[in-house]
Formats: sequence, structure tokens, C-alpha cells
Amino acid sequence: MKRLLHALFGRLPIGWLQLTHSRPRFAAALAGVAFANVLVFVQLGIMNSMATATLKPYEFFRADILISAGDANSMTEGGNVARQWLLQALADPDVVAGTGLFIGNVSWQRPTKTLGLTTYGLDPSQRQFIAPEIAAKTNVLQLQGAGLLDRFSRGLPKDEAASIRPQTPLSFEVSGQTLTLYDTFAGGGGFDGDGYLMVSDQTYLGLFGARSSAAPDHILLQTRPGADVDAVASRLRALISDKTLRIRSYAAAAQEDLSYQQTKRPTGIIFGFGVIIGILVGIVIVYQVLSTDVSDHMREYATFKAMGYSHSFFLGIVLEEALILGILGFVPGIIVGTTILKGMALATTLPLQMTLGMALSVFVGTVIACTLSGAIATRRLVGADPADLF
Amino acid sequence: MSDDFPISAVGLNHWFGTGEARKQAVFDVDVQVARGSLTVLVGPSGSGKTTVLTLLGCLRDVQDGSVQLMGHELHGADGALLTRLRRRLGFIFQAHNLHESLTARQNVIMGLEVHGRLSKARSEDAASHMLRLVGLGDRLDYLPGNLSGGQKQRVAVARALVGNPDVIFADEPTAALDRESGANVVALLKRLGHERGTTTVMVTHDNRILDQADRIITLEDGRIVSDTLNTAPQED
Repeated sequence: MKRLLHALFGRLPIGWLQLTHSRPRFAAALAGVAFANVLVFVQLGIMNSMATATLKPYEFFRADILISAGDANSMTEGGNVARQWLLQALADPDVVAGTGLFIGNVSWQRPTKTLGLTTYGLDPSQRQFIAPEIAAKTNVLQLQGAGLLDRFSRGLPKDEAASIRPQTPLSFEVSGQTLTLYDTFAGGGGFDGDGYLMVSDQTYLGLFGARSSAAPDHILLQTRPGADVDAVASRLRALISDKTLRIRSYAAAAQEDLSYQQTKRPTGIIFGFGVIIGILVGIVIVYQVLSTDVSDHMREYATFKAMGYSHSFFLGIVLEEALILGILGFVPGIIVGTTILKGMALATTLPLQMTLGMALSVFVGTVIACTLSGAIATRRLVGADPADLF
Repeated sequence: MSDDFPISAVGLNHWFGTGEARKQAVFDVDVQVARGSLTVLVGPSGSGKTTVLTLLGCLRDVQDGSVQLMGHELHGADGALLTRLRRRLGFIFQAHNLHESLTARQNVIMGLEVHGRLSKARSEDAASHMLRLVGLGDRLDYLPGNLSGGQKQRVAVARALVGNPDVIFADEPTAALDRESGANVVALLKRLGHERGTTTVMVTHDNRILDQADRIITLEDGRIVSDTLNTAPQED
């Protein structure tokens, strides 16, 4: 390390010598930086899990354009859409297929806990609208009362999820109807429900007697390969007579859902604040570490200034210290941060995880915050006469 | 002119504090210091010796009057010029001001690296040589915390001299030294004056040094009250 820094800066590695001079202080400084990292990791992890959870159900389906009710801010909210608009949309030459998607909540009463399952109903023969890994299992959905269960549902023991297979299905009662789970797919708990359930549109209408086959929650459309999806969507907006409908590309719908969750729903706003507060507290901690170090060495820096060292020399020392603290504090920070996120994920089944993007941005952010803090702390040197600082 | 007299101050005044508390510490000091000479500033404490020394040595902004250092006016000089000039000076401070995290040799190397990149071997050799000259050849890799006050003072001397400065400013450089090391340091400074034309300005209370000085300037209450040439300085 010493030699590397010597080569890197072309001078004595003063930052390193200075930081490691007192082991206990060095340990405290590293602990401070590591703690700041952990703080931001946890907050970012929570916020990212919300994004992952929100976008998850969009991965179950394959569509290019989504037609939703005007008040459908997210996939599960809002009224329904009349099936007749599907027929009108199919008049566009670039729209090749369409199907209705029904959404509802099923409560699975289990001995210990009631699971809230977000339930999707759609025509199982329209496999091109279903993600391949789920579509491979939709044959059984032709049976009335058949369902596919999210095997990562919150509160569902792993071995029990594993035992649900076509040979050994699992049945339970919902509002007087028998629902039989023949297989499972990979979902994962979100912030709304405990898990997901996939059924046919016929089964869905059996479960939710009040719903009509003429009015699904969303209409999924697929366009001709190579068609400009956004152009088709805007043509459909002109074509379809009901102007209150939201007609967007499927990708845009997912992004709008996410930004709605993050900026309009209380949970999303709280998580956003958590990240901001985490970053602010992290910056304060890092600033404290660096500025303390600079003021501890003010007398020595003043001596160096008197000897003819320019301000860039001091900025170099600060940068060196920022890199050392950033790198060595990051290692325990990411280990503890990942462990905490794993523990929280186990407890909540939310998709809390360390991502490369999080790791990179926290590392770069730490080094920048360290450098700026040190640079601000050394500003005292600029104007002062060296003789006043001894 | 600046070749013969690297330091020249005219009408130098200096104040500390602001507003009501503003107090003048230096009054109308005129002084020219000849190249290669050893000049000593004496006077009771509070007489402004150290203030004059730091004003001449680019460590304090000149408020009023003129200071010419090696041909450059310090009054109103910008930071870049001050930094350049400081590199040609050697400073031995009253408080030795060594960096606690650096070894004796690394501290001395700091006096070299200010002039730019040097190979590690060359700068270590030069620093070791300088430390041997001040009698610390066996303490090269000691941290200041493990050196005595006198040894630290000598490291500071080595650090000031290693860069071959044109002018050396010293504030009580022998205060922490025993008789023999003190005499050695002064002898070293005098020899540099003879051999390289290095000019030394020193604040001291040490009577042993007064005998060695070329010139003794006495200050009282911020004014020069006597300025005598030591016509027959003792040879080393």
C-alpha cells in the first residue's frame, strides 16, 4: 500500500503515514466511513427493493402496449376496460394480437397465517402473452379452478412450495370455490401482497363472481415485429373512442407505475427520504472524520506551507486519505451492508439485495465526499499566514 | 544590489488585532542584510524579533512598508510568488514543528521534495547525509516521538538545510540544544555562509551565539535600538 501510494503520488505517502500513525484513531475513522456506507446501503437497498417489487409483475407478461383505465396509476389500481376497445385496437394493421388481463386479490387462509395473493387471470391458450418460464406450465390452467402459485410467497415454507407439483397438487377453498395449485413459478413478495397467483380467465371469473368477461382490468396488445410501438400507441389513442383510457407502451406503463410508487405513494416517498437522510448523515460522518484529521495536522501543514508547498500538495494529501479511507472503509461497509440486507430480505421476503450499481455509486460517492470534506477543511490554510498557524 | 543584500526592509510597520484591540508590534524598521552573513536579532520577549523574522521570511503578509527578498517585493506579493520564494528559504522554527507521523529521514526528505520529484534513493541519500552532519546518523528511522528535544531540533535544522537554501531564518534554533550541539549547529550555519554564501538571520537569546554573529541587531518595543557589526567575529 505504502509503495503503491508512493508511486501514485510521486512523493512520500504522507496521508497513509498520517492516518496509520495512531491505530485506534485509524480504526475509528474506518469504522466511521464503514458505518456511513452501511447506512446508505441499507436505505438504497430498501428503495431499490421497491423498484424491483413494482416491476416484478410486469415480467410475468409479454406485451408491447397496455390499455388501462384512466385512473390506473399502477397495475393493481384503477377501474376496468371494456373488451370492445380490444376489438377496435385490433383494427390497426400493426396490432397483431390482444388479450384481456384480470387482476384481483385472493386470500388463502392457512393455519398460521392468511396469505394475500395478487391474482392474474388470462386466457391460458394465449401463451405468447405470458413469460416463457410460466407459459410452459399453463396447460393445467385449462382445468377449471386450477392455479399456479408464486413459490416465493411470503409465509409459504420452502418445502411446502416445493411439494406443489402436477402429480401432487394442493387445494384450498376461496369464497366457496376450490382452487387447486398444480405448479409454481418464481415471483417474490412485494409491498402490496404476499405473493402471486396465476389462473385462467374462466377460473378468475368463477372466483370473482361480480366481474364480467367483457371488462378486464387491462388489455395487453402485441404489435407486428419491427413496428414503432410508441407510434402505434399514439395512433390507438386517436383511434379508440374512449378518450379517458391510458394507452401506453408496456415499458412506459412499467416506468410510470414505478415513478408513481416512488413519488406519489407514501411508502415510496418515505424510502426516498430515507435515502436522502442516509446520504446526508453519511456525508456528515465522513466530513467529521476528514476535517478532524486535517485540523489535527494543521500545525504540520502550516510548516509545509512555510517550506514552500503549494495548496495542490495539501489537496493531494487529502485525496490520498480519501482514497485510503474510501477503499478500506468500503470493505467492511459492503460486508456488513450485504449481511444486513440479506437478513432483512429473509425477514420480509422483499427483494432486498446488494447490486453492483449500489456498490459502485456508494464507493465513488464516499471518495468524492471524503475529498470534498478534506478540501473544505484545508481551505483554512489558503488565506492564513503560516506564522499564525504554528 | 539584491545580489549583495538578499534581504532589505524599508519603513516596515506591523499591527496585530483589529479595531480597538489593534496594536502595533513593529515600528518603522529599516534593515539590509548582507549576503553570506550571520545576523542575530536580540531583544527582550515581546520586542517584535519573531514578528520581524516572519515578515522577512514570507511567513506573514507585509502590511506596511517594503521588504525585498532576493530581488522580489513581498508587500502585496501573490501566493504563487510567496510559494516560489519559500522554496529558496530554510526555516528553523522555535517549536521544531516536525511531522509526528514521519521518521527523521522522511521529515528531512520533505525539505527536498518541495523542489520536485526525486528518485527515492537519491532523496534518501541526501537526507541521510544531512542528518549525519547534525550528528543523527544513528537515528535516521526514528519517529519524532522517540527523539529528545535536542534531537528533534537537529532534525529540523537538517530539514531546513537539505534543500540548499539561499537564506536561512532561524527562531531560537539552539534553545533545546546542549552546548556542544548548539555550537555545532552555529558552526554549520557559518560554514554554509562562507562556502555557499548562505545568508542567515537568527533570533536568539543564546549568548554563546552572539560571539559568532557578524552583526547583532537589538529590538525593543518593535523598534531597532542598536545595530552593531561584530568587527572581529571569532573564527570557528
